[in-house]
Amino acid sequence: MIAGATDTPFVIAGRTLRSRLMVGTGKYKSPDEMVRAIDASGAEVVTVAVRRVNLNRDTDDGVLPHLDPARYFLLSNTAGCYNAADAVRYARLARAAGFNEWVKLEVIGDQDTLLPDTAALLVATKTLVADGFVVLAYTNDDLITALRLEDAGAAAVMPLASPIGSGLGVLNPYSIRTIKHRLSVPVIVDAGVGTASDACITMEQGVDGILMNTALAAADDPVRMAHAMRLAVDAGRQAHLAGRMPRREVAVPSSPSVGMLE
Amino acid sequence: MMERAVSPDGVIPVVNGEERTVAAGSTIGDLLRELSVSAAAVVVEHNREIVRDRSRLDSMVLATGDSVEIVHFVGGG
Repeated sequence: MIAGATDTPFVIAGRTLRSRLMVGTGKYKSPDEMVRAIDASGAEVVTVAVRRVNLNRDTDDGVLPHLDPARYFLLSNTAGCYNAADAVRYARLARAAGFNEWVKLEVIGDQDTLLPDTAALLVATKTLVADGFVVLAYTNDDLITALRLEDAGAAAVMPLASPIGSGLGVLNPYSIRTIKHRLSVPVIVDAGVGTASDACITMEQGVDGILMNTALAAADDPVRMAHAMRLAVDAGRQAHLAGRMPRREVAVPSSPSVGMLE
Repeated sequence: MMERAVSPDGVIPVVNGEERTVAAGSTIGDLLRELSVSAAAVVVEHNREIVRDRSRLDSMVLATGDSVEIVHFVGGG
């Protein structure tokens, strides 16, 4: 990092994280491609999903053999859960794997949009917080829900930029900015970024971090895109800290208006 | 645990959603070995209760109708 580009530590639930970019492990063409993309992203927090072991096939779809637990912090999700009870069950199964007490809590409310069921999300958050979990709650870009999640004990709130896997970028920068202004816990935008400019604009809103998966896995060159995202997250963060110039409706010359030739 | 005699030499638990016949007296540990699944690499739920202490797997005897879920981490966002 260049001189003057210092930043405050990124801390969730007392743990200082070395990257503001978190990445998923789904949808890569091969484990090797996934490993190289995650490496290029510089991410420390890496998400995984809980699923049945496939007992009828020779191929092992387990992701752990490919991820060094000394290097990466595993964040299990509850993706695919459509009610609070299922999400709590998946979170507990993940915790029993023995890595940590963190969960990226998702309770999905609709199959087409994968938008969260925020009422069920609040119920599951309360249950898991009471059970000792560090809950990172995936939610929509609604301030009131974000405030409720913080009140319920979420360690971080994760509003979406746009629907999961859509690559539409940040649809409502105002909402994201407002959530960040109002919450005390870290705000991590999760889902919807499609390319580096999306990540940069997201970070310029002042949020603490971004989690992405499909933007990397579905790029033509996931490793290169991971590198681009790493730079974009840094650039957006630094631009936020730098404080952008005011927007104007009229031009203001950059060069002196005096000293012109007669 | 419910006792349901089905056959003198086998019991039929439901493993990851599918009925599987195993020898009477088999433990979950036996089942995992039969399936070539390393206990250390998975989490097991038996009749909706998570087996948090893996050392118990070798003493948990299966019965017909038992529900066994064997899960692990896969790629996801």
